[in-house]
Order: sequence, then structure tokens, then C-alpha cells
Amino acid sequence: MRKPLNVGRIAAWASLIVLMLVTLFPFYWMLRTALSDNTQLPGHPSSLLPVDTTLGAFKRVLGLSTVAEAQAQGGSGASVDFWLYLRNSLIVATVTTVCQVFFSAMAAYAFARLRWRGRDQVFALFLSALMVPPIFTLLPNFVLIKNLGLLNSFAGIILPTAFMTPFAIFFLRQFFLGISRELEEAAMIDGAGHRRIFFGLIIPMSAAPIATLGILTYINSWNDYMWPLLVGQQENVRVLTVALGVFRSQTPQGGPDWAGLMAGTLVAALPMIILFLAFAKRITNSIGFSGIK
Amino acid sequence: MTATIKAPPNRRRTHGDPKAPPKARSRGDLKVAMIFLAPATLGFVVFYIWPTLRGAYLSFTEYSLLASPNFNGLANYERMVQDSFFWNALVVTVEYVVINIGVQTVLAVGIAMLMYRLTQSITVRAVVLLPYLVANVVVALVWYWMLDFQVGIVNQFLTWVGIDPVAFFGESAYAIPTIAGINVWRHMGYTALLVFAGLQTIPKYVYEAAEVDGSTEWKTFWRITLPLLRPVLVMVLVVTMIGSFQIFDTVAVTTQGGPINASRVIYYYIYERAFTRFDFGYASAMALVLFAILALVSLLQLRLLRAKESDLA
Repeated sequence: MRKPLNVGRIAAWASLIVLMLVTLFPFYWMLRTALSDNTQLPGHPSSLLPVDTTLGAFKRVLGLSTVAEAQAQGGSGASVDFWLYLRNSLIVATVTTVCQVFFSAMAAYAFARLRWRGRDQVFALFLSALMVPPIFTLLPNFVLIKNLGLLNSFAGIILPTAFMTPFAIFFLRQFFLGISRELEEAAMIDGAGHRRIFFGLIIPMSAAPIATLGILTYINSWNDYMWPLLVGQQENVRVLTVALGVFRSQTPQGGPDWAGLMAGTLVAALPMIILFLAFAKRITNSIGFSGIK
Repeated sequence: MTATIKAPPNRRRTHGDPKAPPKARSRGDLKVAMIFLAPATLGFVVFYIWPTLRGAYLSFTEYSLLASPNFNGLANYERMVQDSFFWNALVVTVEYVVINIGVQTVLAVGIAMLMYRLTQSITVRAVVLLPYLVANVVVALVWYWMLDFQVGIVNQFLTWVGIDPVAFFGESAYAIPTIAGINVWRHMGYTALLVFAGLQTIPKYVYEAAEVDGSTEWKTFWRITLPLLRPVLVMVLVVTMIGSFQIFDTVAVTTQGGPINASRVIYYYIYERAFTRFDFGYASAMALVLFAILALVSLLQLRLLRAKESDLA
């Protein structure tokens, strides 16, 4: 489909390049600001390079500098420890992903490969939960978690999404449906039970979609804000997104700590960017399928 | 001896017998299915079904979390009708959705067309998708910094080209368009990839036929691409619009509803009512109304745009 260059094509390429610049520039600006000295920033607002390049902002948000040092570089001096929040985010996202994908795979197996009366109705019921806006169930769920005494605990943050999401079940069921029955029946003739078929046949054969779902779940869980904001305020369970909200509200004397804030956003964003770079092809190719049901 | 070792200790004795499976199948796998469904069902009942029912009930009560819910009939709904903050929140949310979805959809179709016509490069697609993988909170804060009135790079640039600096978050008229624009930046690539996937389902022969008939690119886009893309576009619109109504994170970390009430969207208002005023009954009632609005909007879209019919048939 190679066509000769003409004005229209040049204009089209130019718009695509502008688009990519608009997409990438904010990421560069995060880095440029995070490497700057916050007290010097207002003096050189449009310098394209870091102002007085320093790792001070990173030290500040990772809790590696003293209060005096932090304040000298334009920080609030309030104690922040993004290592801790990073650990918390890792725990929440990892446990949520492993549990949710595994239990959803089990359910998808029951919906795709087993035959039982009422199966399609139950599946439709599970899917109908997609229609309910999250805030509607969020309020009673908060009451439940509070009554269970799980506020400010990892269990409280993780539990509501640990067992299933309608989307995860739907997504895996689609793939499980495509596996040929002959293989399964051959395994049964060899004496394999459902457990062996599930672990030894279905899961290995669906490794790719399971990995895709796992990555998407991990990213969503990592980026979630509202629920952990409600149930995980305390430092020991505070995740990165919540910590960033808190950091932003601690404005020091004489203007916000922009360098510190951008260092914090980088700490929060970098693991997802790395994950994305590692699996870019898989994630990108999954979009067409997962978005439209 | 070997036979017993091979056969797992299963509850259904028929497994080892080659003639048995079809017969066993007809009886159904209900027992096994229950085991496989147990964890998901537990989560579904406890964190989806039960809160849905409870939320509906709470909407007819007065509930402050401290005492048990107090049934008060339709009082919450009567209050909602007269609550100017509620109506303001709805108007602000609709304004946000219209700007956000309008701009985003047009840009996404444009980007998808560009990618479709120019390059199949996975790198281009990955770059375009990148903002979508970063948390709302991060995106909001980065733009909050870049759009800062005094030292933000965007206002520096505006000054440089001779435009007065704009108080993007500080002025009522700009708050919602600004927040909508930020989320367009985050979501347009994702939406473009959905449209891109749709473009690839349009058979090549249609374009070839158009070219043979001497159709210009512009004409082909309006008369062929867009109509054939309609089913995909409808689904994209339904999915993105429902998501757009749920705008919260960006507001929560930037304007917090301000200036005055200019960006107090419905999600944020419900959140405030529930978690700063502990007005759970009223908040639940508003959430239920939002639920109804979303259901209605998606139904209308599917109807109006005749989603299921394809022009290709």
C-alpha cells in the first residue's frame, strides 16, 4: 500500500508527529521538574532542562533527607516515605491480581467448559453487574468493610476485587470457549479429573490471555484511587495514588513543592511504564478486544 | 495396580471408563461447577449483589454510620429535587461529559484514521496508548503543574506567543473544560485503538470499489468508512460515556469541586455527602439516580444509533 508522498500525506505525518510529541512531552516535563531544585524552579519556568539539577526531590519523597534539607530545597518537611507507599502499592496490586485472575479463571471454566442447568442464566446475572456504577456499590461496601473492622487494612482494600470482576470472567470465558473439546475428552479418557484438566490443559493453553488479563488487572489496581482513598488512609497501608493526593495538599510555605510532587508522580508512574515497555505489544494488541464486548 | 495409580481419586467413578463420559455429561457437571464457582460467587454475592440491594435500601433511609439506618420513605428523593447543589452537579457533569466525549471521539477517529492510513507500527500505537496506563491521579497532577497560572509551562508558552496567561483551574468558566481536556489527553489514544480495531474489520474490497468509482478520500471517509464504522463507534461511545460520567480522581486532586461549585461533579458531590457529611442515605439515593441515568443513556444510544444493524449486510 505504499503511496507516493504528496501534500496530504506530509500533512498527515506531521499531525501524527505532533500528536506523539503532545503525548510524550508531559512525561519529559515530569522528569525535568523532578530533577530540578524546587527553590530555583519559579525563576526559570520555561527552561527545557532541569534547573540546578539535583536528586534532592527524589531523596525528599523517598524519606532519605532530613527535615532541614527538605525545607531548604522547597519541600514541606512533612514526613513522606514513598518507599513505604511503593511497597503498599506492590502488595495491593499483586495480591489483587493473583487472586482475581485465578478465581475468575475458575469461574470462567465453570461457565465455558462445564455443562449444568442454569449456566447461561447465572452467567448473565454475573455480567449484569457490569451495568452498576461503582459508586453505587462502593457506599454499602464501605459500610461493610467498616463493620468488619477492616478499615486501614490491606484486606479491606483488596477484598472487594479479590474474588472476581464480571469483566475478568467474561474475558477468560471467551478464550476458554475456543479450546477444542476433543483435547478435553482425550484427557478425560486418560482419567484426568476436572482439576487436572483445569490446571494441566485449560490454564497452559490460555497462558497468553491470562497474562494479558493479569497485566491489565495489575495496572488498574495500581492506578485505582477512590476505594483506597476511603479505606486505606493510614500510612502503613497508604498506596501511591492516595499518597500523591496527600502530598499535594501539604503545601509548604512559599509555594508548592513541584519538584517533590513530580518526583512522587514518577515513582508512581515508572513501574507501570516499565511494565508497559516490557509488554507493549501484548497490551496494545489486547485493546481492540477488551474494550468492545 | 497401575490402573489405580493412574486414576486420580475422583468422586465420579465413571472417568476411567471410555464409554462413560458422554453419559456422565448428560447428567451435568453441577457439583464440579459449584466448586469452581465458589470463590467468584462468594465475591459476587458479598461485594456486588448484597451492596446493590443494600444501596437501594439505604436510599430510603437516613443513615449517618453512627446509628442504624432509619427508614424515611421518599424523603431523600424529595430533598434531591430541591437540592440546587445536586442539580448543579448534574449540569456540571453533563457539561464535562459533552466536552470530554465530543472532543475525544473526534480526535480518536482522526488518530485512528491517521494510523490506519499511514503506519501499522506497534511503536506508534504504544506511544499513543501510554497516557492511559498512568494513574488518573498522576495525569491530573502533571497537568496541574504544567497548567499552573504563574510558572506552568503552558502559560509560559501562551505568554511567549502573546496570549495572556489563563487561570485554567482558578476560573469557573475554565475549570470543567480544563479537566475534560486533561482526560481527553489520557484517553484519546485508548479510544483511538478501539476505533482502529474497528477500522480493520472493514473489508478492503469496499475501498477498492470506491477507488475504482473515482471517490475522493474525503468522500470515502464520510460515505463509506464512517457508516461502516457505526456499530463500533456506538459501542465505543457507550463505554467511554459511562466512564466519563464517573469522573472523580481528577477533580479530587486538583480543584476539589471549586472554584465555588464550578467543578463539583456528581461523583464528587456524592463522595462529599457520604464521607465528609456522613449523609449515607442521601448519597445512596443520588447514586441510585445516577445508576438510572447511566442505564437510560446507554439504552438511548443503542437505540438511536441502531447499534446492532450493520450497513454491510
